[in-house]
Amino acid sequence: MPAAPQRSNLPKLSLHVPEPKFRPGDEVDFSDVDVPAAGSASRPDSAADPAEFHQLAYTLVRVLGDDGQAVGPWDPRLDPDTLRIMLRNMALTRAFDERMFRAQRQGKTSFYMKSTGEEAVAVAAAMALAQDDMCFPSYRQQGILITRGYPLIEMMNQIYSNKGDKLQGKQLPIMYSDREKGFFSISGNLATQYPQAVGWAMASAAKGDSRIAATWCGEGSTAEGDFHSACTFAAVYRAPVILNVVNNQWAISSFSGFAGAEATTFAARAIGYGIAGLRIDGNDPLAVYAATQWAAERARTNQGPTLIEHFTYRAEGHSTSDDPSAYRSAQEATAWPLGDPVKRLKEHLIALGEWDEERHAAQDLELAEMVRKTQKEAEKNGILGHGMHQKFETMFEGVYEEMPWHLKEQMQQMLDEEAAAGRPGPKR
Amino acid sequence: MNMIQAINSAMDVMMERDSSVVVMGEDVGYFGGVFRATAGLQDKYGKERVFDTPITECGIVGVAIGMGAYGLRPVPEIQFADYIYPALDQLVSEAARLRYRSAGEFIAPLTVRSPFGGGIFGGQTHSQSPEGIFTHVSGLKTVIPATPYDAKGLLIACIEDNDPVIFFEPKRIYNGPFDGKYDSPAKNWGSHPGGEVPTGYYRIPLGKAAVVREGEALTILCYGTMVHVVANTVAEAGVDAEIIDLRTLMPLDVDTIVESVKKTGRCMIVHEATRTQGFGAELAAVVQERCFYHLEAPIERVTGFDTPYPHSLEWAYFPGPVRIGQALKKILKD
Ligand SMILES: Cc1ncc(C[n+]2csc(CCOP(=O)(O)OP(=O)(O)O)c2C)c(N)n1
Repeated sequence: MPAAPQRSNLPKLSLHVPEPKFRPGDEVDFSDVDVPAAGSASRPDSAADPAEFHQLAYTLVRVLGDDGQAVGPWDPRLDPDTLRIMLRNMALTRAFDERMFRAQRQGKTSFYMKSTGEEAVAVAAAMALAQDDMCFPSYRQQGILITRGYPLIEMMNQIYSNKGDKLQGKQLPIMYSDREKGFFSISGNLATQYPQAVGWAMASAAKGDSRIAATWCGEGSTAEGDFHSACTFAAVYRAPVILNVVNNQWAISSFSGFAGAEATTFAARAIGYGIAGLRIDGNDPLAVYAATQWAAERARTNQGPTLIEHFTYRAEGHSTSDDPSAYRSAQEATAWPLGDPVKRLKEHLIALGEWDEERHAAQDLELAEMVRKTQKEAEKNGILGHGMHQKFETMFEGVYEEMPWHLKEQMQQMLDEEAAAGRPGPKR
Repeated sequence: MNMIQAINSAMDVMMERDSSVVVMGEDVGYFGGVFRATAGLQDKYGKERVFDTPITECGIVGVAIGMGAYGLRPVPEIQFADYIYPALDQLVSEAARLRYRSAGEFIAPLTVRSPFGGGIFGGQTHSQSPEGIFTHVSGLKTVIPATPYDAKGLLIACIEDNDPVIFFEPKRIYNGPFDGKYDSPAKNWGSHPGGEVPTGYYRIPLGKAAVVREGEALTILCYGTMVHVVANTVAEAGVDAEIIDLRTLMPLDVDTIVESVKKTGRCMIVHEATRTQGFGAELAAVVQERCFYHLEAPIERVTGFDTPYPHSLEWAYFPGPVRIGQALKKILKD
């Protein structure tokens, strides 16, 4: 490369490459993370003009204070039974993650992704939506399926790609799909679900339906072009959609600065599109519930979309293929100023006199046992690597509605080769 | 009807028959499309079914996929095939795979319409023929009509199809067949039998080629504008060629091709798209595999060159009568 001409009278330019505050071995100090007091954020009418959301896009909506009490205008005032269900769903999601992570480590499947620390973002949101609202999740909202009562064994069958797997072993583990539970097929390609959710919402509106759509992506994925397209479409057509950005600070090894977080918040992106934007404490299940409920009401009354930034922390590795100790300080997760969502809801229920440590411990045991039993059941259908669980032909099915001649031909070729090699396919 | 009117009529017929059909794209609504293909539809069916979109191809296709998941049957338009690339991820990773990855739970019954091909002095970004990119993607169907009659019948079949279809419209022949003679006066569809188009519903099945001329001397495989260029060149050269208009590239009508080449013993492939890894390469492989012992000469390909589509040298680039004529001489030599 030829050297740039030097003009001595002008200052040299320099390139800013973001760098996270802490790297492995560093002492972590989050004191500069601005954590407003619970209850301090205002709660506008759900029909308010998007222009009124400047302030809410830069603060943090919080309901649960450090004393475990729910305060302020965003308190959704849930009854204790609902709170206990929420806690149970979150604890179950965590128990499921623990077990499946271990299953991957034991070589029973190829891959897993936990949502540890982010359970509220999926569970509380799913509880605030109607059962028939359509969700377009990323790979880290397994809590939605759990909240909607999707059978754990179905999830495990999928993770094991075994003969019980309804997706016929076609998808990487955790890329679930369940039409009946309003859970759209997860894609490996980041952010593609964003415009799709907007399209679903537009269709619902065009048809005079009453159902809305919600979608989730990580803060890293907001840098994809699809995010921009989706926000533009959502704003232009006032689509009844909730756009959730789960800002867990990390996109694999890249901190949120590489998605633009040094300069502004993700909720503030909404302002430029003319979308209502809320920035909330993503580890506060009541704040997640309240914001989702608010956004759902806004969508259902034809007031248009809402973008919600859930400020949270990815407490564990990105996936079973990732070792976070290679790029961030091990202290970060424990030092995170917004705590742990499960613990915070537990403390709230205890503060209300509706729960106690003994019941909590007993529930954890019960859930772990339930997951373990279900896992045993699922493993009867097989685990990955122990033979091929799907009939060979399934590989060619579903590419098109009807199998074209060239796939039939390739299928026959494969069957002949397999037969000649003496490998009988599994019976369906 | 000309091809624009036939395409418009296909959408009209389908919107009338099926309330789940929606039309969307840049300038397709009030204005009726830059080529007028959607003219009048918004007036007739309302803005909730025919609407203008922001200029974001990734958004147009992504939103259409979501609408398809809801249960609609979207017909998105990409203004020029040259501008389909921003939507590639949504087409390749999403629309094409949705049925497969969800084991049939969700489908993407889209028909992505887009004008393609050169011959209009469109330069680099209004002339491309990217069909080979899409025929390579499992889960997509690719359809290209060569007459107004076929355009309507095929488009109706595409809209009714439950798989995602890329429907490329050869814009050079929107208003009339083109014989490749760029300096002679333009023709219209009025005098061509393919211009006779019924006003009502009919469909042409996908995956079926049309033999536009029967012959014994060689088989020529082509589609879109090239069907007419080939037909005229063959007529003027007095060659008894069998001309096959593929109509659907994926899935391909292999039987019609193989039967013809076995009969003629020679095969020529003509397309506007660039040569290397163009669709012609797949056609040549198919013919070679299935007709090897019947071939009397090497398979000949007449295609666009492996360059971006040039502006001023368009008629040297275009696989027109001169280049096809030379190839005919070569393939018929012995
Ligand atoms: C289009 C695309 N590019 C890259 C990847 C690889 N990839 C998978 S997850 C990931 C990080 C995503 O981070 P973020 O959006 O913050 O979500 P999180 O994992 O934190 O939940 C990357 C880069 C991908 N799956 N898709």
